[in-house]
Amino acid sequence: MSAALDTETHIASSIRADAPPAILLDKVNKWYGSMHVLRDISLQVATGERVVVCGPSGSGKSTMIRCINRLEQHQEGRIVVDGTELTDDVRALDAIRREVGMVFQSFNLFPHLTILENCTLAPIWVRHMPKKEAEELAMHYLTRVKIPDQARKYPGQLSGGQQQRVAIARALCMKPKIMLFDEPTSALDPEMIKEVLDTMVGLAEDGMTMICVTHEMGFARQVADRVVFMDRGEVVEQGAPEQLFSNPSTERLQTFLSQILRGH
Amino acid sequence: MSQTATDPRHLRTPPKRQLRLSWADERVRAIVWQVLIVGAVIGVIWWLVRNTQHNLEVRRIATGFGFLQREAGLPIGEALIEYTPASTYLRALTVGVLNTLKVAVIGIVLATIFGTLIGIARLSRNWLLSKIAAVYVELIRDVPLLLQLLFWYTILQSLPGPRQALNPAAGVFLSNRGLKLPFLDWQPAHSWALLAFVVGCVATWLFAKAMRRRQMQDGQPRRIWPAALGFMLGLPLVVWLAGGAPTAIDWPELRGFNFRGGMTVTPEYFALLIGLTTYTAGFIAEIVRAGILAVPHGQWEAAQALGLRSGTVLRQIVLPQALRVIVPPMTSQYLNLTKNSSLAVAIGYQDIVSIANTTLNQTGQAIEGIAIIMLVYLSISLSISFFMNWYNSRIALVER
Repeated sequence: MSAALDTETHIASSIRADAPPAILLDKVNKWYGSMHVLRDISLQVATGERVVVCGPSGSGKSTMIRCINRLEQHQEGRIVVDGTELTDDVRALDAIRREVGMVFQSFNLFPHLTILENCTLAPIWVRHMPKKEAEELAMHYLTRVKIPDQARKYPGQLSGGQQQRVAIARALCMKPKIMLFDEPTSALDPEMIKEVLDTMVGLAEDGMTMICVTHEMGFARQVADRVVFMDRGEVVEQGAPEQLFSNPSTERLQTFLSQILRGH
Repeated sequence: MSQTATDPRHLRTPPKRQLRLSWADERVRAIVWQVLIVGAVIGVIWWLVRNTQHNLEVRRIATGFGFLQREAGLPIGEALIEYTPASTYLRALTVGVLNTLKVAVIGIVLATIFGTLIGIARLSRNWLLSKIAAVYVELIRDVPLLLQLLFWYTILQSLPGPRQALNPAAGVFLSNRGLKLPFLDWQPAHSWALLAFVVGCVATWLFAKAMRRRQMQDGQPRRIWPAALGFMLGLPLVVWLAGGAPTAIDWPELRGFNFRGGMTVTPEYFALLIGLTTYTAGFIAEIVRAGILAVPHGQWEAAQALGLRSGTVLRQIVLPQALRVIVPPMTSQYLNLTKNSSLAVAIGYQDIVSIANTTLNQTGQAIEGIAIIMLVYLSISLSISFFMNWYNSRIALVER
């Protein structure tokens, strides 16, 4: 499957077909009151696979990825992450949250902690890592997102793009197996979008399993093994980015793409 | 960033402004206004002092604090230190200050606990709990405090007399003479055990701090409760046993028309404490609620997504941010509670205002009496302010 996707710009796929699926959603349903926001979502993400989720606002794409680490609870169906099923069991939830990193649209850095403390907090409190080791780890990832010199500053002193890169480093410090991105560039000024996307491309090149909700079609073309199009709580269409973008088979995707392209 | 240092423009200093002697100059205007206002204030003070001196002379009133050493002759219902009507005014006023502190300190502690619980209850997802908290807050905030104090006092006064006292548990009597409780027959060993408990609390605090620091170093979580138990319970127990383990308890007993022995909570103190606590708790509840709501929901989500447990999220992420919103208005509430305790006059609790009032009626030293009251409240309020400001600066947020 992956060989067919590779274009000149597309980075090599790292899907490991032999490994069990990283994420499995099986007929997941969710309601807000009487509003049916996720309808029979079934989705399987392989280890090392990079999935981009797109769709109009209100289509349920954020809700879906927030269900994967139970920031939202699904009411019907099964979600299995890294071999562990999400239930009311707190231990299962703890295990899953340790392995799944998340990056938010609004960064959500902790404003009362320095950049370094933001990154070391979870390794120290969740992984019980010695502080010194956690700081070395944090500096490693901060170097990777190209802001090691800001480590002693506070989030309020950084630009939006820098804050989002810190948020990525903070998630990576937990050494997650899976990364979830919830519209990571939507709150950024245009000139800062690229620095964040570059960081994400770097992650993809290292073979991280990723689900990314975004409208950045360039990023999808370059990175995604698969694009999932959602509308009104359903997965309408999915496939390789080139195939999906150049040859949409449903009218809903056609409408969405024309709106997106008009915006650019 | 680094090229600005070598930028030649960076080496230029700002030009000095010349003061132009003209009404059109903003700074000249500012200086003139300040001089005029300070002059007016000094003038008013001078006039007040002159006027007072003149009036005192005409009425032949001697000023000064000599009266403090005279015998007070006024009876005081409850005193934390030894006091008889034969004691001096100074001692009577000291009793008053201690009574004010007794109601203010315990009131602040109880109002904080009670208010925090109600504030959290109002945020609860439990419909009944949050509605009860909301009704409580609205009811308490909208009725004047004086009325509430009279309400509680009336309720306590309408309790049955000592002979028909309510007796909910052995040795506990509730009557219109107040609440009677059995109490330890106080021995020196008890004082030593109490001291050991305080030492144990400090030791626990230091120990927990050291352990947290060590956990930050090597990441290993450490159990604190065994040591805490040893420090806070074991140590006092050992001291108490070493002191001969006195167990005698002073039970309240009905003798004639009233109770003897035991510990007494007078109806006046009880009514004032309940009134101040419930009233202030209503305001504190709203402050706590606002503080917690001021922390964006995204902070919870980000912390949970990192795998932090909710207790850790609350301690490390939410509370530090909520406190910087909570502390300044909380200071105002503490000051309010302390100053509102002067309404004690209305229900006959003898706080500093009540005793200073009697003093100035008996001695005619009105200026000194009022000055003492003002000085007492000023000292208490400034102490609270200084402490809270120090605490606030410790938890303040660094931004830009």
